[in-house]
Amino acid sequence: MQFTLNGARIRVDAHPMTRLLDAVREHCGLTGTKEGCGEGECGACTVLVDGQLVNSCLVPLAHVANARVTTIEGLGGSHPLQNAFVEFGGAQCGICTPGMILAAVALGPKPSRAAMKDGLAGNICRCTGYAAIYESIERAGRYARIRR
Amino acid sequence: MLDGEGPLTPLAGCTDLYVALNFGTLKESSFLNLWSLDELRRIEVRGTVLSIGALCTYTQIIESRPVRARLPMLVAASKEIGGPQIQNRGTIGGNVANASPAGDTLPILAATDAMLLLKSAGGERRVPFNEFYTGYRRSVLRSNELIAAVEIPAVKGRQWFRKVGTRAAQAISKVVMAGVDPGRGIAPRIAIGSVAPTVVRLPSTEAALASGAPIVDAQRILLDEIAPIDDVRSTAEYRRRVAANLLADFWRKRARE
Repeated sequence: MQFTLNGARIRVDAHPMTRLLDAVREHCGLTGTKEGCGEGECGACTVLVDGQLVNSCLVPLAHVANARVTTIEGLGGSHPLQNAFVEFGGAQCGICTPGMILAAVALGPKPSRAAMKDGLAGNICRCTGYAAIYESIERAGRYARIRR
Repeated sequence: MLDGEGPLTPLAGCTDLYVALNFGTLKESSFLNLWSLDELRRIEVRGTVLSIGALCTYTQIIESRPVRARLPMLVAASKEIGGPQIQNRGTIGGNVANASPAGDTLPILAATDAMLLLKSAGGERRVPFNEFYTGYRRSVLRSNELIAAVEIPAVKGRQWFRKVGTRAAQAISKVVMAGVDPGRGIAPRIAIGSVAPTVVRLPSTEAALASGAPIVDAQRILLDEIAPIDDVRSTAEYRRRVAANLLADFWRKRARE
């Protein structure tokens, strides 16, 4: 199965029903994507497929043939959202963080609070609290604008 | 392909399938991948009928102009299904095929008297949605058939949808109701999910409301038309109360207009 992972064309030889989550973590060695509930409830395993938010625990490898997959590693480590989550306390235990950040990426720059609440509705956090997460996304929006 | 290859489970958005697979409750191990069949992703208006391809995702439905214009309650329901991740993958055909009594779009298809277009290698047939389910997770769908589209006749009158769950996003419904009220003395059409082995229409309740019965009488009739159970999400007693309250809410909003 060939697809583009974080900008690089790759090939994974695995069963077509292998979960994208397992392909990314076990076959590609990118462990930034976390497994939470394993049933599409928590959003910890969120990745982008062709720019669309998905739960990678519910996507078979067969469905990403020739698609563009972006995981948290694809943001490079110093994306404005990543910096803001560090600086403004958007992460505590960190399990939900990669998914939260990718959900925020899908919202585009400077989303409204209402858009954030809808856009992150599929991502559950049980320790940081959403206030700090929304705050981090808001700050990242400002950073991105200033830096541009 | 569904003929002669042994039992194959069709798969599309996989939002229900992987839950069963990951928890070991799915017996089937051979699948038929429908995800790339773009011809099942069309949303079209043909005459007075809104046809939604079975592979249309909730996101596609939310963004569709014809659906917004003709069936706003389906847009409202789609926005409350899961979160963006589920809306991007889950399909309306999958909601029907999964046959859960809690499926959020099902009361809408029941209340609008939708038809299902079923296709097999041998041909196609149309089945009224309200005759599709024969029991808990059982339907008239044959093993060699696929759901190709849902076809919704023009809806005249006010549309109303309400889902009651633990949380606005992600939660599976405890009670879910859809209603169409044409007004001018014409009987409303009301369907409710999560309170019986399948989604159910409420013909006696509809007739009572149409005849001008007081809402408390209609609520009593409603409670005879549903058979909720206690389960992990709620209790039968709670579901009965909420169902009666939703009926009153649906009917009260009409009175104000």
